[in-house]
Amino acid sequence: MKIKHFILFVGFALALVSCEIDNYDEPESFFTGRVVYNGTPIEVGAREVRFQLFQPGFGNLAPLDVHLDTDGSFSGRFFDGDYKLKFVDGQGPFKANYVNEQAGDTIFIQIKGNTEMDLEVTPYYMVKSSQFSATGNTISGSISLDKIITGDEGREIEYVNLYINESQFVSNNDDYNIGRADVEVSSLDNIAGSINLPDDYSKNYIYARMGIKIDGVEDLLFSEVTKLDL
Amino acid sequence: MKKYIYFLLIPMLIGSCTSDSEFLDREPTNILTQEQAFGSPDIVLSILADLYNRYYDFGTVESWPSLADFNVSFWSEAGQYGHFQDGGWGYGAWGTWDYGYIREMNLFLERLEASTSIDEVDKTRFLAEGRFLRASYYFTLVKRMGGVPLILESETYDFSGDATYLQHPRETEAAIYDFVISEADAIIADLPADTNIKSRATKGAVLAMKARAALYAGSIAKYGATTPQVSLSGGEIGIPAGRANEYYTTALNAAQAIINGDAGSYSLYNKKPDLSDNFASVFYDKSNNPEAIFVEDYKLQSGKVHGFTISNQPRYGAEEEEGGRINPSLNLVQSFETLEGEYKPLPVEDNAGNPIYYNDPKELFAGRDARLEGTVIVPGSNFKGREVDIWAGVQLADGTVVSGDARGQQKELPGATGQVQVVGFDGPIDGLEFTAQTGFYIRKYQDPKAGSGQRGTQSDVWFIRYRYAEVLLNAAEAAFELGQPEMAAGYLNEVRSRAGITTTLTAADVTFDKIVHERFVELAFEGLHFFDLKRWRLAHVVLDGTPIDEQNITTNIGSATKRITQPLGVWPYKYYNPGDANDGSYFYKIVKPNRVTGSDRFQLGNYYSEIGQDILNNNPLIVKNPNQ
Repeated sequence: MKIKHFILFVGFALALVSCEIDNYDEPESFFTGRVVYNGTPIEVGAREVRFQLFQPGFGNLAPLDVHLDTDGSFSGRFFDGDYKLKFVDGQGPFKANYVNEQAGDTIFIQIKGNTEMDLEVTPYYMVKSSQFSATGNTISGSISLDKIITGDEGREIEYVNLYINESQFVSNNDDYNIGRADVEVSSLDNIAGSINLPDDYSKNYIYARMGIKIDGVEDLLFSEVTKLDL
Repeated sequence: MKKYIYFLLIPMLIGSCTSDSEFLDREPTNILTQEQAFGSPDIVLSILADLYNRYYDFGTVESWPSLADFNVSFWSEAGQYGHFQDGGWGYGAWGTWDYGYIREMNLFLERLEASTSIDEVDKTRFLAEGRFLRASYYFTLVKRMGGVPLILESETYDFSGDATYLQHPRETEAAIYDFVISEADAIIADLPADTNIKSRATKGAVLAMKARAALYAGSIAKYGATTPQVSLSGGEIGIPAGRANEYYTTALNAAQAIINGDAGSYSLYNKKPDLSDNFASVFYDKSNNPEAIFVEDYKLQSGKVHGFTISNQPRYGAEEEEGGRINPSLNLVQSFETLEGEYKPLPVEDNAGNPIYYNDPKELFAGRDARLEGTVIVPGSNFKGREVDIWAGVQLADGTVVSGDARGQQKELPGATGQVQVVGFDGPIDGLEFTAQTGFYIRKYQDPKAGSGQRGTQSDVWFIRYRYAEVLLNAAEAAFELGQPEMAAGYLNEVRSRAGITTTLTAADVTFDKIVHERFVELAFEGLHFFDLKRWRLAHVVLDGTPIDEQNITTNIGSATKRITQPLGVWPYKYYNPGDANDGSYFYKIVKPNRVTGSDRFQLGNYYSEIGQDILNNNPLIVKNPNQ
């Protein structure tokens, strides 16, 4: 009996000691926002584009990856502190903005409590307007584009595709579309095409958007996801 | 009783007390001192053997998936289906960073150099072999990681608390290729020109390495210009386009040195009258094989054996309850030209879209490049004297298909009595592992000896790292890029006529696509296809994530940019319609195995493998690879 009490006592003491020292609280500050150009979010593929956060001062440096949602928004939970935010070179249909000589294109941010922040970047193109409609078995859409980066740095359009999917995650990755069709690019203001529904499609709605492949840029720029009733 | 013990203890005490220090001072029996290790050529050779044994192969017979990736085959093993259901590869895939190996090779060279008890003849050769292995590993590193720190001597930490003097930045990609080429030049005179030495470094192996390295560097310089995003401003990735011709010239000269016999008389293997058998024999005939230049060798009953045949033998009649893992895809199979040298889809349907019937399932592949049946086991062909039993089901006159979900299953057909077999013992059955889910098995590197498919025996077929046909193709490509298509045509024709192709290529026929094609079919399942795709910067084009369907698979055969994002198959069926002329005949259907749901996308960040965060943290001078 005595021994049992003793063990309980030691266990209790250990529990008191260990909690305080060993454990960190979980990160509790949300860092949310959107990647924007002049306040308009840049639409990208699902889980295609990411940026990295570095927090210096805690032993080994390792990037914290933050992936963008399809509508250019992001959200992650972090510890309070000072971070360096860096877009990965070659990721995303845009260029990171130059901050100053010392920082290059690294953005210094502070996360303290829930922090909301829009990140300004310069895209190669922006979708000015988009329109989708469903007639019978055919989904048609048209978009118009603005060329933002011009001159030597500017890039041409390689192709435009129309994608459809049964969920709101619509992109060029195979898992996120049930159909794709090439779209003709007559001019930046006149990009239109259509696609037929798969034969066995049974739901009464569908999501559609267009993806714009820019020459030499891996990640596609997208138009807004549109839900269509069938 | 107790007294006896005292008696025993007394002499022990007397014996031990006097010489305690000597007693503890013993030579270890399990460790060789440096003088011992580098004191006799036999022991130096065994140290060298360990270094040989650690050679890095991208593809090897010891790991069957390593030879069969990038949709040249489907993997018929339940645990591997996920590979065909995801969208590509992680940035870290194929990475290697074994500076421990490099340190041991540097130590080997330094200690051997310092040794006085090895005679000069042996020493020169051992040193050359050590340098060959070191250059080979730097070649491996530059292929996968781009430019890396070039460490050529062993380094020691001085425990001063400051390790920065051990941190070295990455060299440029070109500098590592230059190192490989210059090492080859430096050691070639010290190595024997003996075509019978296959598993140690020879003049032939060094020249073959030099030709391949220079060719890779040349094509990265030339085709890297098409993907400027895949480069780093410091040159760690990417080679200036202006250096392409210089590298191609080096490659051509090195390859021609082998072709001209400077390293001994290597030639194409041509021992058997049946050209398909002949081609398959290149990879397993180990006696007087004139084609193999440098190999990883194995030996039965020595412990150094491998299970490639166990993993891939036709499942029906296999020596173990497994096999059939690599199923070559239709994408590869249809790329083999006809004997007249034309690209043609397999004649599955006539012009009106009706199936073509064959009495023998093998007839579909008649009149094709002999390498097809030397590389692939097609329905109706034999392995180890037994015909494979590949057919997917019975189709009735009304178009319904009767098939089974177990190998060789029997069912009753309508209008008949009694059970008959409705599916082959080798499948294909969708999702059933070890059956031929594309309709094909692999032949290359399969060992035809009895027992090779048993776990207790395994196989001693060697893995060829450099062979003469590749040297010819390297020479052809270099000549073509240097504007000498006539010479290129000559080298290509040598390889193609060995495969039974009757029409010869003229200078005008040699195009970039032709060279890409020839390497694709000749060097399939040898671990070289991947680096070809990378150095031509074609990987992100042919693996772009767009699915392939049964309709568009048969178009654009032979085009360098034809998609290969998914493996497809072609399945034989038996036609059942008693009284009809075609009853009992076979016809084929092009299918996508239903476990193939994803399509591969090779991202720009996949061109050079990611350098681990631990490496970046330990050495801030290392820059990251692009697009990751």
